[in-house]
Amino acid sequence: MYAQMVETGTKRLKTLEEMSPEEREFQEKVDAETKIEAKNWMPEGYRKTLVRQISQHAHSEIVGMLPEGNWVTRAPTLKRKLQLMAKIQDEAGHGLYLYSAMETLGADRDEEIQKLHDGKAKYSSIFNYPTLNWADMGAVGWLVDGAAIVNQVVLQRTSYGPYSRAMVRICKEESFHQRQGYQILLDLMREGTQDQKDMVQDAINRLWWPSLMMFGPHDDESPNSQQSMVWKIKRKSNDELRQMFIDQTIPQLEFLGCTVPDPDLKWNEESGHYDFGEINWKEFYDVLKGDGPCNQERISTRRKAIDEGAWVREAAVAYAAKQKQRAAA
Amino acid sequence: MTQQQALQEYLLRLADSGMILAQRLSELVGKAPALEEELASTNVALDLIGQARNWYEYTAELIDDGRDADNLVFLRDTHDYRNLLMVEQPNEDYAVTMARQFFFDVWHYFTLKSLVNASDERIANIAAKAVKEATYHLRRSSEWVKRMGDGTEESHRRIQDAFNLLWRFTGELVTPDDTDHAMFKAGIGPDPEQLKQDWFGMVGEVAAQATLTTGAEDAWMYMGGKRGEHTEHLGTSWP
Repeated sequence: MYAQMVETGTKRLKTLEEMSPEEREFQEKVDAETKIEAKNWMPEGYRKTLVRQISQHAHSEIVGMLPEGNWVTRAPTLKRKLQLMAKIQDEAGHGLYLYSAMETLGADRDEEIQKLHDGKAKYSSIFNYPTLNWADMGAVGWLVDGAAIVNQVVLQRTSYGPYSRAMVRICKEESFHQRQGYQILLDLMREGTQDQKDMVQDAINRLWWPSLMMFGPHDDESPNSQQSMVWKIKRKSNDELRQMFIDQTIPQLEFLGCTVPDPDLKWNEESGHYDFGEINWKEFYDVLKGDGPCNQERISTRRKAIDEGAWVREAAVAYAAKQKQRAAA
Repeated sequence: MTQQQALQEYLLRLADSGMILAQRLSELVGKAPALEEELASTNVALDLIGQARNWYEYTAELIDDGRDADNLVFLRDTHDYRNLLMVEQPNEDYAVTMARQFFFDVWHYFTLKSLVNASDERIANIAAKAVKEATYHLRRSSEWVKRMGDGTEESHRRIQDAFNLLWRFTGELVTPDDTDHAMFKAGIGPDPEQLKQDWFGMVGEVAAQATLTTGAEDAWMYMGGKRGEHTEHLGTSWP
């Protein structure tokens, strides 16, 4: 999930009776699965929650370009290089649609990006882990994009129209990325040397738990989820989504001939799901608040790109103004 | 040098120049000055790699020693690369990145435009697709040169500095050697004299609109990429 722990500003859910007529009409619309559009009335909390969630999602796409950008200059074949660059470019595109969806809610892209650079806005914790070998490009595509898809497929039905429509387009591209990532790993496992196979297992070992953390805290530790579910911004809970991801991923893992670093992972015949061990929640909260392996690098790289690019953007604005003036003269 | 050798040399120049420039652009992933530029710059790099792949595949068939396109891209030493020195220069600031792109794009556009009519059908076909992409690349880089040149005081200073810095690598784009002459004679490559005129014509026109000055045509020029003698930058940028 590219948005974790989105604040809703709600401590307790209102009943229909407690709502104002506008709120009630809004909630009934949401309950009837009618999409909310930019011009419709919406509770301030709904608007703010969406701005937080969509901007977090957009920031994740943009920061998420960096761990992969780390390997783009070293991709081993022309095909892999083209695929990786195209994938990263898709992520920039996703960032762009998402910021646009966010701007329909009256928020400003530059202001939200500034919040990210000031450490006031979050992005997915997963991108604060380093990419240390080429197999990480496969594992990121397979696990990280895989986890994102589980979440985003559900978000296609989110109640806010522009967000939902952005998700439909994004999901198509993400599933392509996931297949490409899996193919990288499969090729290494089938045709690779022992060193290359070890590299795949190493990548999975490092990225498995952080991928599970992408879905956010347990449902009972997620105070904002309930309101988001009532507003149908969220459609499934963190734990439900995490379980879906694990259930669909383990057979793929077995097909690769790899393992995950979880001694408690086993199929549960009775529940029809995989049981799994406890996530290291301290690590999750540490990374989220800034103490992860790459938090500082990621933000400083983004800040540097925008700061050092300021003169370029100013030049474009100044030139456009001059051209306009000339046309008017 | 046989005709066949000249053709292989010439194809490698096209392939390597696109590939190395794309490599430089790929260093900018996640670091462009705006999100829209991120998309545009990656587009250019993807086009260049796609074109390079076509040139490498044809070259590999001609060389016919068991090496494929990937082999040619990744498993040669720096002195075997035939790219123009211009494209291996580091990104520096966005003005240098864009000036490098612009000088290259003008050369690339006119070269491809001529290759569309090459007597070698394979080359003509590859060029026909590539020239469409190069037309867009040139439009984009020209626009940026104008925006920077005629934008703010700072952007003007930066792009003028970039023009001054890179001018010494422009000579190689328009100075023909035996391979270029052989390709022209064979009805494949552009007329070297025409290419030179076109290049200076276009660069001069855009520079004037951008309120920039260019160096002299007879300035000292740093050359050698086309015969495998590179600047120090190639070895550090390429695996």
